Amino acid sequence: MPTNNDSVLFPPQASTYAKDVDALFYFIHYLSIFFWVLIVAGIVYFVWRYKRGHKEGVGPSHNLPLELTWSIIPVILVVAMFLWGFKSFMFMSRAPGDAEQIHVTAKKWLWNFEYANGQQAIGELHVQVGKPYKLIMTSEDVIHSFYVPTFRNKMDVVPGRYTTYWFEPTLVGDQQVFCTEYCGDGHSDMLAKIVVHTPEDYAKWVEENQKEDTTTPLPELGAKLYQSKACFTCHSTDGSIKVGPSFKGLFGKQEQTSAGTVTVDEEYIRESVLQPAAKVVQGFQPVMPTYQGQLSDREVSGLIEYIKTLK
Amino acid sequence: MSTTTATPPAAEMDRWPEKHYWNATKGWKSWAFTVDHKRIGMMYLIAILTAFFLGGVFAILVRLELLTPQQTIVGAKTYNQLFTLHGTVMVFLFLVPSIPAALGNFFLPMQLGAKDVAFPKLNLLSFYVYVVGALFAIWSLFHGAIDTGWTFYTPYSITTNTAVTPMLLAAFILGFSSILTGLNFIVSIHKLRAPGMTWFRMPLLLWALYATSVIQLLATPVLAITLLLVAMERVLGIGIFDPAMGGDPVLYQHFFWFYSHPAVYIMVVPAFGVISEIVATFTRRPIFGYRFVAFSSLAIAFIGFFVWGHHMFVSGQSEFAGMVFSFLSFFVAIPTAVKVFNWTATLYKGSIQLMSPMLYALIFLVQFTIGGLTGLFCAALATDVHLHDTYFIVAHFHYVMMGGTVFAFIGGLHYWWPKMTGRMYNEKLAKIAAAILFVGFNVTFFTQFILGTRGMPRRYYNYLPEYQRLHGFSTVGSWILAVGFLLVAAYLIASLRNGKVAGANPWGASTLEWQTASPPPTENFLDTPHVHTGPYVYPDEELVPRRAA
Repeated sequence: MPTNNDSVLFPPQASTYAKDVDALFYFIHYLSIFFWVLIVAGIVYFVWRYKRGHKEGVGPSHNLPLELTWSIIPVILVVAMFLWGFKSFMFMSRAPGDAEQIHVTAKKWLWNFEYANGQQAIGELHVQVGKPYKLIMTSEDVIHSFYVPTFRNKMDVVPGRYTTYWFEPTLVGDQQVFCTEYCGDGHSDMLAKIVVHTPEDYAKWVEENQKEDTTTPLPELGAKLYQSKACFTCHSTDGSIKVGPSFKGLFGKQEQTSAGTVTVDEEYIRESVLQPAAKVVQGFQPVMPTYQGQLSDREVSGLIEYIKTLK
Repeated sequence: MSTTTATPPAAEMDRWPEKHYWNATKGWKSWAFTVDHKRIGMMYLIAILTAFFLGGVFAILVRLELLTPQQTIVGAKTYNQLFTLHGTVMVFLFLVPSIPAALGNFFLPMQLGAKDVAFPKLNLLSFYVYVVGALFAIWSLFHGAIDTGWTFYTPYSITTNTAVTPMLLAAFILGFSSILTGLNFIVSIHKLRAPGMTWFRMPLLLWALYATSVIQLLATPVLAITLLLVAMERVLGIGIFDPAMGGDPVLYQHFFWFYSHPAVYIMVVPAFGVISEIVATFTRRPIFGYRFVAFSSLAIAFIGFFVWGHHMFVSGQSEFAGMVFSFLSFFVAIPTAVKVFNWTATLYKGSIQLMSPMLYALIFLVQFTIGGLTGLFCAALATDVHLHDTYFIVAHFHYVMMGGTVFAFIGGLHYWWPKMTGRMYNEKLAKIAAAILFVGFNVTFFTQFILGTRGMPRRYYNYLPEYQRLHGFSTVGSWILAVGFLLVAAYLIASLRNGKVAGANPWGASTLEWQTASPPPTENFLDTPHVHTGPYVYPDEELVPRRAA
């Protein structure tokens, strides 16, 4: 996350409503500090002043006007907080009519984004600064939650129904996406990025992304895909065991699978990418989604060559 | 509280009594089959402190794992099981029964001036139901411990392959223990008040326990039904909550929070009662605005039933529902604020003595106020959307549950320890321990507010390196807390052997439990006490004219 305009309490404000959320936060914050200091100062002063044995007489046992005052003033203050919170919430909840729609599908443990033109991407959403977007979200398994701290907004992603989330980015750069509804072993690795481009960069990205990459050497292409398709969520490259087997030293290895012993070769990797449930390595759950239709043949080859480099 | 009983002279009361509830009968059977509320209270106390220790060990392990952004000591699955067990053990085995079942069982009949609770055998049953529930929880621990979080959200809890069903049954069974205790307390308060003890002459702990009991009775059955439905869904596949079977997972959240939000008040309202007792005794003043404080407990219990949806602002419930729940949630803040103001006002011109129970009560006020005020950020819709399910929430409820309830419980334990055991503990060590716990608690949890506003989600095994400094700070705090609690355990246990004999009323308190020997006889009072005044009247000020309490 960029750190240039961080405050102590908050990451940068990167959406149109972030400023308002922070302003309400500080409103409650300063009122809270005021009342807390008042109470703590009262406690400390009274404890110091009225030690046992003092000769200052006794206080009243109750005082109706005083008690009503300190009931009614907080009522007024909390109603103000409520109204402000509600007004801002409605703005955050209702997407403008011209927002570009993007379908989001969550599943253990990745985010799949589908653009209006049918193009799909895992773990990375490219958008343009200053344009509103509306995410139409659902889950394929358990409840997840889509959270972007720099936007100050989150929404649960629920299986069997659609929820929506809209934003208009105001800050160019990568915005971190977290899953904030506990969803199992890979919950904390269920990350994604929203890449906010300037209009020029966005146009460039669209152009580059439309045509197939035929120039990058295969291992390098694989390394890029390992990042952009979020393979790292489940497969490490340093030998540590995550949700799936590590890629380190994987190529050429003998594995016990649900369909007997196999040697990890080009064909097995290809099959595992396109039909993950066919031969699952023992000790792992069959949870990997298929990448059929999401990767070109050259990209699959790229991944295979990349895995070969991880000795 | 002034009483007209043929009490023995003070000097005699202050000697160690020959016969008391502890030695009245002998042998393990005399404990296992006892119907004495004091013995049942002590058994609860031991069971609950064991649960607290267990939950504390889980907490220390969770914090240790979070010392570094990647794996520190355990894998992701084990970590998920650890935080789930920490939550379930602390909530269902410790916090819910803590003050009512242990301290309440011991002192509710004594403060009423009664010999026992209304249904002594039901009381024993509720203890054994608790034990059975606890055994289920421990059994589930060794059979693929549950990894759903203490909230058991569907459909995750239906699809995970860990031991969810035994833990659900444990919570289900523990619920019955809670219901039975609540029922017993309500009937006792209605029927067993000593002659002359009107409702407004009751100590405030009794008001708090009464409000708590009402919640226990009305809310717990909903939890029981919900957990049973989840268990049936896992075992029989009935499809109420799992969308794969045509169910609605958000319905589960409504059911769950319909109990679990009021349960927050089951956990914290008794603490309010304890604080009122301690503050009155160590200021030698009646609690300022007694009636406001008494009614605020009932008001909190009542409003608490209508705010559950504030746990679900981003769950996909309608914006209209969000608005209603946000509005109502703010109104729990009012009676809570009133209590804090009233306790503070009680100190004004009080005759204040800073003994260790009072120290805990003051720490409670400082910390609980932070817990309450940070609740405002969670009640306001726009800010909650950002803070929901981050460490801000973790910090907020730990300030209420631990900074509030646990400190009140430990304070209450120190306050009534001389009555329960007849012995004084080392006061100097008690003050040192309170200071250590105060520092440890705030180091651990204050940092988590900042983690939360900066966006760190809760229940994360791995985290981004930028959060490591705050996480490290918090983990160090958890070690300070551990040292504090071990010190408390050490001097309390030591006091059982070497403690000074406490005498009937070491603090000069005015409520009825102090008008009999320490430890008390099995029948509590040799003669039935008769009550003529409010609960907090102290001899040396009876001459000063006061407005009636």
